[in-house]
Amino acid sequence: MNRFAELLDRLACEPGRNNKLRLLTSYFREVGDLDRGYALAALTGALSFKHAKPALIRELIADRTDPVLFALSYDYVGDLSETVALMWPRATSNAPSAPLPPRSDGVRGERSSLSRLGVGGASANSVPAERGDRPPNPSPPLASLAGGGERSARSDEHLGRNNPPPPTLTEVVTTLRMLGKTELPKQLARWLDELDETGRWALLKLVTGAMRIGISARLAKTAAADLGGKDAHDIELMWPGLTAPYPELFAWLEGRAAKPVNLDPAPFRPVMLAHAIENTDFAGLHAADFIAEWKWDGIRVQAVCGLDASGHSVARLYSRSGEDITKSFPDLLPSLRLQDSSDLEHDDSRKPLHTFRHHAPFAIDGELLVVRDGRVQSFNVLQQRLNRKTVSPKLTKDYPIHLRAYDLLGDGETDLRPLPFAERRQRLEAFVARLDDPRIDLSPTIAFDDWDALTAARKDPVSAGAGEDADAVEGVMLKRRDAAYLPGRPRGQWWKWKRDPHIIDAVLMYAQRGHGKRSSYYSDYTFGVWTSADGVEQLVPVGKAYFGFTDEELLQIDRFVRRNTTEKFGPVRHVVHEPDQGLVLEVAFEGLQRSSRHKSGVAMRFPRINRLRWDKPPREADRLETLERMLGVGGHPAAQAGGH
Amino acid sequence: MRPQDILIPVAAGLCCKPGGFHIDPVRAVERAVITHGHSDHARPGHGAVLATQETLDLMRLRYGDHFAGSTQAIAYGEEIRLGDVTVKIHPAGHVLGSAQVAVSCEDIRIVASGDYKDAPDPTCAPFEVVPCDVFITEATFGLPVFRHGDAADEVKKLLASVELFPERAHLVGAYSLGKAQRVIALIRGAGYDAPIYLHGAMEKITGYYQARGIELGELRPVKGMKKADLAGTITLAPPSATSDVWTRRFPDPVTAFASGWMRVRARARQRGVELPLVISDHADWDGLTATIAATGAGEIWVTHGQEDALVHWCQTKGLAARPLDLVGYGEEDEADAATAGDAEA
Repeated sequence: MNRFAELLDRLACEPGRNNKLRLLTSYFREVGDLDRGYALAALTGALSFKHAKPALIRELIADRTDPVLFALSYDYVGDLSETVALMWPRATSNAPSAPLPPRSDGVRGERSSLSRLGVGGASANSVPAERGDRPPNPSPPLASLAGGGERSARSDEHLGRNNPPPPTLTEVVTTLRMLGKTELPKQLARWLDELDETGRWALLKLVTGAMRIGISARLAKTAAADLGGKDAHDIELMWPGLTAPYPELFAWLEGRAAKPVNLDPAPFRPVMLAHAIENTDFAGLHAADFIAEWKWDGIRVQAVCGLDASGHSVARLYSRSGEDITKSFPDLLPSLRLQDSSDLEHDDSRKPLHTFRHHAPFAIDGELLVVRDGRVQSFNVLQQRLNRKTVSPKLTKDYPIHLRAYDLLGDGETDLRPLPFAERRQRLEAFVARLDDPRIDLSPTIAFDDWDALTAARKDPVSAGAGEDADAVEGVMLKRRDAAYLPGRPRGQWWKWKRDPHIIDAVLMYAQRGHGKRSSYYSDYTFGVWTSADGVEQLVPVGKAYFGFTDEELLQIDRFVRRNTTEKFGPVRHVVHEPDQGLVLEVAFEGLQRSSRHKSGVAMRFPRINRLRWDKPPREADRLETLERMLGVGGHPAAQAGGH
Repeated sequence: MRPQDILIPVAAGLCCKPGGFHIDPVRAVERAVITHGHSDHARPGHGAVLATQETLDLMRLRYGDHFAGSTQAIAYGEEIRLGDVTVKIHPAGHVLGSAQVAVSCEDIRIVASGDYKDAPDPTCAPFEVVPCDVFITEATFGLPVFRHGDAADEVKKLLASVELFPERAHLVGAYSLGKAQRVIALIRGAGYDAPIYLHGAMEKITGYYQARGIELGELRPVKGMKKADLAGTITLAPPSATSDVWTRRFPDPVTAFASGWMRVRARARQRGVELPLVISDHADWDGLTATIAATGAGEIWVTHGQEDALVHWCQTKGLAARPLDLVGYGEEDEADAATAGDAEA
């Protein structure tokens, strides 16, 4: 547990991806099989414990601390796990709740808590009362470090108490899984007594399931893959077939065993991604080599269905990173599920129409969209379906989910991925037609003969075939007819050609230091536009951006911020922003949404700094009304969450 | 006579009327007793200053020869008469030369402890408990979440990181007076004997520590070093410099910060610290409460920091306690940021 805690502690403060990977990989290398497997499970969100909840932790700490001190501390720290980890009382002998001794000369040394103070008679009074140039301690007791100063003597004493050694991660996980609701509090308290602060913090993070240390499941798997010089895609591929603590995975990574076979009946297949196309790219491309489709602004998913060993249907919906999101979209599930082979036998006669579909495993690559009355809704609407813990019938009724298919990766037992896209597309068209399900349809292609025709279609999706669905179109996709389905972002196979972003001129208002490599630069910018409040013209913040600029521009803005700071609030600098003084930033963004969280009432999607407008005085920057007008016409939002 | 007739908080700081002096005044006064050399306690411009020799020397280093009209050195354990009171000085364990001031008048003894810590520190005399009637305590880390472990373990973390990232430089933010030297001594105590590099703003004070016989091993100025040569090295710098343009001279630096504040992870993250080192020159919660108990004082006055929690704790223990609401302390950090940051750009 201590080694795992140390890892989490370090990861929590490490901003750099590569350094995170190194910390993780060296942990996987050093730590034994079961512990590292459970660590990987914890970091990929594969562990959950039914009875361990934040309320339980609150009860435990309430029994042990003064409520006023807890409230003040929680208020200061702001995180329950950390507050409790820090406050958890040490074993009794130097608990501050012991009664105070009466004042007397005998006070010293009576209480064990004083052994930590430098008050062992001798050291207190042995300093000669001389006046002079020599310091009282001419040769400081460096040696006392090696020999154990008072403080380390105390920790020795702490260790020497009859505490058992701290539990291993494996012990913690297996015990948490096993224990019932009534035994859990006592066991947790015992561990909290045994562990040091970092250990307690890690335990509480594990128990409450909220790590929040900036490690994605993908990153943890990549670190594991690095252990054996393998590709994270391979782990992704076999992942659904593995269960914690993954001994066979580590055996393979360390070259001690063959690659684990994914026995999962409905496995995830690593997705193929597109490159953003630049104007200069077109010169080398022939229109005839490509098939074009609309780029839908939804959520990229993979819908997979198969039969398990006993012939039961298993249907899953995966996000583009391979996360199983089936539970969030129960309304789509009936359309995906195969008819159980057992059902087939019984129901054959009663449902003859259905026997020809739902008969063999498949894997569809497509986009999740909300479709109401036959019309695809914008991403803003789809957002209502995202990150929901529970999916109510009302939600599925008001925001009915729909799968728009654009590729077929597997049909029956056949892996279609090596086939050229044009061929897969034909099989997809036949498959969707055969499926005949109102919730699953085909992503239409765009007819075009040359790049000019496609440019026109991209500019005006409404009349180029997208019709009423154009609100959910965020550009155009180009796929080579002969492209096999390859994991990752292979060069030159798929291109995305997004709609042009919205552009506004905003004024830099606040700047904050970046992280990691950028920690010496002011690289996070809050910008605002003009509005009039009570007849006074003022800037209201409308967004924050921390990329889009070149390295050279970053240096220029950084210099501007340092020279034009009017106030500092912690890491934030208030930068001059007056009508005739300040820096105008040309901000590009993909869409707008109403937001009650922002003072301006709007929130931007994907804002970035497009250009620095040194030439423009702040008074000429845009106004909030301009943004509000964009809201009125729906704005065309584009996706980071979805798409290619 | 009541305690508040001996010492009373005024705008300039803690005033001893019967003795005719202030303790750590924040404004220029005629006569000042200074507990230690940090800039929020030791300010220039007083008429006469009474302090330990080290504190006087450190003030001279920081403010120049004319930092006060006149000075008088007083040693630990020494007692002198000022007006109607006697003043005795005891080690506070905070930084080199730091002192607690015991002020006695008739049969009442008040101890103004300044900043103090009860944890061991190889670079200064250990804290001494002084029995008294009124104990004036700081409360910088006056919340039960602040419990600092063994500083030697924190330094092990630093050295483990140096080993893990040999191609990166390690930049340790530490206050120029006290913390930096303590961290260096701890690093040496852990067996690291390569040269340690210093930001220019730390050279003078660190040199003074060495002149006082404190072994810090081989130290080199970082100025003029080639970027590539700093891979795998440790450099100490004022906290403000670790998030400044100054860091661009280091290869992919790991930013560490040695401070009691690092106990709270959000604080560390907020500052962009990658490697928080919980090393404090102030007493932690257990240190504060144990010390208060050990002095036997029946009345506790709480100065700068998290006064609320500590006052509450005292009251639950049946002690009379009140915050002193002194303004202007606990800002060495800020002072560092203002002066040291640009000192060696």
